[in-house]
Amino acid sequence: MATADKPKYKVIGTRPVRHDGADKVTGRAKYGADIKLTGMLYGATLRSPHAHAKIKSIDTSKAEALAGVRAVVTSADLPEQGDRIVELGEGAANMRHLTANVLARGKVLYKGHAIAAVAADNIHIAEEAIKLIKVEYELLPPVLDVRKAMSAESPVLNDDIRTESVGSAPASKDSKPTNIAKHFLFEKGDIAAGFAKADVIVEREFDTSMVHQGYIEPHNATVFWNTDGKITVWLSTQGSFSVRQQTAELLKVAISNVKVVPTEIGGGFGGKISVYLPPVAAMLSKKSGRPVKLVMSRTSVFEATGPTPGSHMKVKLGATKDGKLVAGEAWIAFEAGAYTGSPIGPACMCVFACYDLPNGRVEGFDVCVNKPRTNAYRAPGSTHVAFATETLINEICEKIDIDPADFRIKNAAKEGVRRVDGPVYARVGMVETVEAIKNSEHYKAPLEGKHRGRGIASGFWFNCGLKSAASATVNPDGTVSLLEGSTDIGGSRTGIAMQLAEALGITAEEVTPTVGDTDSVGYCDVTGGSRVTFATGIAAIEAAKDIQRQLIARAAMIWDVDASKVSYSDGGLHGPAGKHLSFKEIAAKLHGTGGAVIGRGTSSEATQGGAFGTHCVDVEVDVDLGKVQILRYTAAQDCGTAIHPSYVEGQIQGGAVQGIGWALNEEYWYDEKGEMRNATYLDYRIPTCYDVPMIDTIIVEVPDPQHPYGVRGVGEVPICPPPAAIANAIYDAVGVRMHDLPMSPPKLLAEILKKES
Amino acid sequence: MSGKRVVTLTINGDQTEVLCEPRQTLLEVLRNNLDFTGTKEGCSNGNCGACTVLMDGRPVVSCLVLAVEAEGAELRTIEGVACGSHLDEVQSAFLEGAALQCGICTPGFIVQTEALLAENPNPSEDDIRFYLAGNLCRCTGYDKIVRAVQAAAEKRQVARSV
Ligand code: FES
Ligand code: FES
Repeated sequence: MATADKPKYKVIGTRPVRHDGADKVTGRAKYGADIKLTGMLYGATLRSPHAHAKIKSIDTSKAEALAGVRAVVTSADLPEQGDRIVELGEGAANMRHLTANVLARGKVLYKGHAIAAVAADNIHIAEEAIKLIKVEYELLPPVLDVRKAMSAESPVLNDDIRTESVGSAPASKDSKPTNIAKHFLFEKGDIAAGFAKADVIVEREFDTSMVHQGYIEPHNATVFWNTDGKITVWLSTQGSFSVRQQTAELLKVAISNVKVVPTEIGGGFGGKISVYLPPVAAMLSKKSGRPVKLVMSRTSVFEATGPTPGSHMKVKLGATKDGKLVAGEAWIAFEAGAYTGSPIGPACMCVFACYDLPNGRVEGFDVCVNKPRTNAYRAPGSTHVAFATETLINEICEKIDIDPADFRIKNAAKEGVRRVDGPVYARVGMVETVEAIKNSEHYKAPLEGKHRGRGIASGFWFNCGLKSAASATVNPDGTVSLLEGSTDIGGSRTGIAMQLAEALGITAEEVTPTVGDTDSVGYCDVTGGSRVTFATGIAAIEAAKDIQRQLIARAAMIWDVDASKVSYSDGGLHGPAGKHLSFKEIAAKLHGTGGAVIGRGTSSEATQGGAFGTHCVDVEVDVDLGKVQILRYTAAQDCGTAIHPSYVEGQIQGGAVQGIGWALNEEYWYDEKGEMRNATYLDYRIPTCYDVPMIDTIIVEVPDPQHPYGVRGVGEVPICPPPAAIANAIYDAVGVRMHDLPMSPPKLLAEILKKES
Repeated sequence: MSGKRVVTLTINGDQTEVLCEPRQTLLEVLRNNLDFTGTKEGCSNGNCGACTVLMDGRPVVSCLVLAVEAEGAELRTIEGVACGSHLDEVQSAFLEGAALQCGICTPGFIVQTEALLAENPNPSEDDIRFYLAGNLCRCTGYDKIVRAVQAAAEKRQVARSV
């Protein structure tokens, strides 16, 4: 659906077969775990069986003595970091925490925390050796609940953490170590005066469980530390340059000594940015003189990578009876996991981001608990708060008897509106996505049947810009080889190639994109923040313009005219007196006119315009079991301009189904000792294809003025609305309001029974 | 561990002998000993379907089969789905229908789909979803995968009827 007069594009908006497709359907594509090098050793990692303990001693002698073992490492093999904060591309990290997360130092802070690693001739010997390492622990009480962790009586995980104040939060007066790593406060307008104007106020508390990104490919790294000091890392990652920097910082070597070769990557969703294995494999390689491969087990992926936090939230909204939001207040505490760094900041910024809220106050806390250090997961922090805000919006709509779509349209964030945390929106498409749902066949269709209900909800994500680079070489046969550094998780190299093709007036198939390693391409920030199609796209368009400039100079030379008389358009060069050379024709002449033409482009945008989505879902509740079946699902999203509509739809569908899993069954299920009791796919239970219906998509296009073709990132927004939309549908079906994720059968059944009695 | 065994397998039509330890899974032997890395590992406990291969025509999760158990078996892996340089209908339907994003689940889905279509050339949406429920995909939300399987089934039906 186009909401503006659409410019005519030749390549953009078409659906070519992706360039890496043939390799991926024939099994030829090489992912991280497929790397095999001459003399390669296999590694295994010893992990903590306890959630919270002091390490009194580690004895690796028996492991070292086992035949076939070539190296053993512990944190003693990694350099001391001290209290250094390092900027790592997408956010800063405390190096002392980062190194202690890679291999525990003195203390283990969650079950699964890595303690030591072994490299051996094969994986079985390495696993046997791990069992021979003796660790003496002094057990400490585990801290598992975010609110208890905040209390003064709680055991403290890290003795170097003091509360850092952000926004207008007052500086902490307490000088003692604490579990509260960060305190955010954002305010806008006059909250008391705002609520005084409200005819209806709703306030509820919400809880959500820790959840995992669930990518199918486990973390991996193969590292060779050469005799000349050069370190090569092969792995699947969302950011090769970020891995280069993290690895170099953790090993205290120059970044130029580390080369990261990104393989194909089997999913990331925010979870494959932080490093776990590369520094460990590097030390094993240094000690053994051989390449070393480490691959995580599925259970380690759950227990010891970076899931997204569980939360406790209290949110309050006020509106007038004619349906205008007047004030909102939120208190949000996120489980950071073992070390600081949960996405509490974005959560605070997103909680009211869909609305024009005149008065608001948002307070947030980043709190350490004995669980894995959390990380980004698709629109990090936004899904949690959307669950709270979007269910309250529907409760208000019910109280003042107004259609929830109309209420959202009336109060939607739009150009010129200031968010509670400060920024003012440029042109955005929140209204258009709600209108798209309101006008959809789905929303208009009657829903009949017992225990069936319908719900809608909206969601927001900023989308980031950051830095990208690309270069493109013109080949003599009129094709272009495009080299860029954004690791491709879902078809992005094709989306970028299409933008280059559009800019040069050639076809998508005439461009061959390659994702390069850190020694062959310019710096690119991580594949995250829904930035790649936007930012690396801009870099590719810049490279195309650079090619055009160089081709103009060549044509001017060939025609012996001034370059100012030559122009490039419609896939070719135009000169005086009707002179014309197509791209193919000039490409064939390059060797005779000065050699290769290589275009270069970079981009460095602070932000994107931001993206919104609105979803509509029909459910049926089995009132005897508490089980929810999704009957029909429609997701509308503003994607600016869809470059490759199939992959835009795919992002929306995949995000929506992850949101459905989060809503209905996914959770980290801890016992009182701090052990995750469902650390397998079977027990954690991400949605299967039998759990979900087709996901209908409506692509809304409100072009982002910051991108030459109007692209907005797509990947993250679609995970935000599902939990709230489903909660609203459950209420419509059976009259109970759920405030706790996941809305799993036992919890929903308990609420249904409570209501009945 | 001592006691290595020679196991004879027929992989994609070619007979191979491989020396392996009794504790090695078929998945490990395919990937590490024989370099058939198209078969993927997502969990190693039978939950994700990424390691699916056909063993004597039946789909199995190769992480739950010991290599020694496969003695004498006819195996078909993702590397044996295309016919020479021609993709088969399932592969091209996945490509044309954008039924993959990261692609790590794709080999497992394609092999499982081959088994489905051999058993049931004309499956309903529900048949497809039921048969593929042991294959996890975290990227696509399954919509385009199910449609690709439908398209492949249709293409094959048409090819048969002419
Ligand atoms: S690796 Fe075999 S089922 Fe997951
Ligand atoms: S395409 Fe990534 S898991 Fe299926």
